[in-house]
Amino acid sequence: MLKRVHFPTSALPYLLVAPQIIITLIFFIWPASQAVYQSFLIEDAFGLSTEFVWFENFQILFEDSQYLETFWRTIVFSAAVAVLSMGSALILAAFADRVVRGATTYRTLLIWPYAVAPVLAGALWVFMFNPTLGIFPYILEFIGIDWNHYLNGGQAMTLVIFAAAWKQIAYNFLFYLAAMQSIPRSLIEAAAIDGAGPVRRFWDHIFPLISPTTFFLLVINAVYAFFDTFGIIHAVTQGGPANSTTILVYKVFNDGFVGLDLGGSAAQSVILMILVIAMTVVQFRYVERKVEY
Amino acid sequence: MASISLKDLVKTYGDVEVLHHVEGEIQDGELIVIVGPSGCGKSTLLRMVAGLETVTSGEISIGDKVVNKLEPADRDIAMVFQNYALYPHMSVRENMAYGLKIRKISKDEIDRRVKEAAEILEIGAYLDRKPRQLSGGQRQRVAMGRAIVRNPQVFLFDEPLSNLDAKLRVQMRLEIRKLQQRLGVTSIYVTHDQVEAMTLGDRLMVLNGGYVEQFGTPIELYDRPATVFVAGFIGSPSMNFLPATAQDGTVALGNGAVLAGGAQASGQITLGVRPEHLVQDDAGAIRIIVQMVEQLGANTLVHGVLEDSETEFVASVPGHVTAEAGTLMSFSAAAEDLHVFDVTSGKRIEA
Repeated sequence: MLKRVHFPTSALPYLLVAPQIIITLIFFIWPASQAVYQSFLIEDAFGLSTEFVWFENFQILFEDSQYLETFWRTIVFSAAVAVLSMGSALILAAFADRVVRGATTYRTLLIWPYAVAPVLAGALWVFMFNPTLGIFPYILEFIGIDWNHYLNGGQAMTLVIFAAAWKQIAYNFLFYLAAMQSIPRSLIEAAAIDGAGPVRRFWDHIFPLISPTTFFLLVINAVYAFFDTFGIIHAVTQGGPANSTTILVYKVFNDGFVGLDLGGSAAQSVILMILVIAMTVVQFRYVERKVEY
Repeated sequence: MASISLKDLVKTYGDVEVLHHVEGEIQDGELIVIVGPSGCGKSTLLRMVAGLETVTSGEISIGDKVVNKLEPADRDIAMVFQNYALYPHMSVRENMAYGLKIRKISKDEIDRRVKEAAEILEIGAYLDRKPRQLSGGQRQRVAMGRAIVRNPQVFLFDEPLSNLDAKLRVQMRLEIRKLQQRLGVTSIYVTHDQVEAMTLGDRLMVLNGGYVEQFGTPIELYDRPATVFVAGFIGSPSMNFLPATAQDGTVALGNGAVLAGGAQASGQITLGVRPEHLVQDDAGAIRIIVQMVEQLGANTLVHGVLEDSETEFVASVPGHVTAEAGTLMSFSAAAEDLHVFDVTSGKRIEA
């Protein structure tokens, strides 16, 4: 046991941490506890009375096939966004790592999309893919694809996945590039002398050596797809057509503020809260620790 | 097994020329040490042979094949890096087998070769460990093992011992030498340590500022250094240099002392004399005011300045010598131990 150094007790340390604690209490703990409390209430249709019902809201949710569908859809959406954006970022980073001339320009340009707000990113994609005005539906028509994400649920989902993934590429790219550049040059040179070509070097050495980054990004991207894509979906499809792009976080908004089922909405956000806590635990437990290779 | 030839090699980075017309022939089975201070271009030269740096102009051949345009993998070389560059995610066995696996050598053959190399290097017990579970010396051996299993035509060593402690360095130095002689593989070894260079190399290439100062056996370099730079770089403690005037087979030092030697030279010269060639001699012409004495046991280093001048001077005297600071000591040196260099070019003037 290390002996603690004893200082005379004073109010100063408490004063110094107070702002952080106050912010956490007001903006995180209080709303979260309100959500938990709300999730135990059911309001009547006119908002005149509320009834405390314990877990009835949750029970209703898990018996609702629509909610379970949304759950499943969210998982598909998140997986697709993570794979797409991480895959693209990995390829771009692998090339950026090899580029000698104009490397800074290349990197700067790749980082830009990260500065675009989600709603703006969504708006960009809406314009590009507008069935009547957009450039992409025009091009797609030549290869026989009739694009209309206002009517076709699959296409709508594809569009929000692309928009969400596109926005996250810059972030993933930065982390991948940093990870690749931390691999000692001589290691790659040794592999080259051993006879490994660029592709082989990537899969045999670079990819395994950046696996800690991959795990880290996997969690970050999952959290991103679960929660931060609200703006994109709201701008592009508003959850439609026929709920085909409604993911959990969008359903919270929709049920709460459009459907005015505050109790149900609160129950959903409590579930999301538990999910975030679980993911954070996973990250701290397994990812922060160096991945074994 | 192969000879290596470097013809008129030039390397530039942008507008800066870092290697200037390097020439050299390396015989089959020889161990050549490229030695020089940091930034002299020695690693660049090695990396050019390895194919990790492009050749600006000139020609590198291994065997009778010009390899300028060949990928490192196609040059049939193996390299040991300063930081060992072991693959951290692979076991020792996988590290050693990697190059063979890529070359699609049969599994039995790989196992046989890895086992053989592990036996030679005494790392058989660690084959299933990861590099991070090994000590510096063991990693060094694995890096060597990775080079020898490939059975290449040429070994390249890029300061492989500089991360080891002094004792281990001496031990590994001997082992590298023994191993190289046993396998008879042509090798190029880069170091900045002149002791390592002298003990390891069949021949030494001394590089300074991208120029080859001298290329010869260690004894040639010691006995007949071609330039002031080589004379100062080879030997420890390094050679004393004194401004002097040569005339009619004698050399007059700045303070008026006259020595016999330097037959072919006349006029202003730089005189070089090694500390260990100075003989304590009360009638000697080289008189030093002692500043400090270092007792090394077998011999004693006497540091001082030449009488009536500010030229610093070191003499190495066998046995134990004690002298108070400020006392006068006299030394003489045989004529054949005096090295005479041109003042401006720094080149040796043959006696």
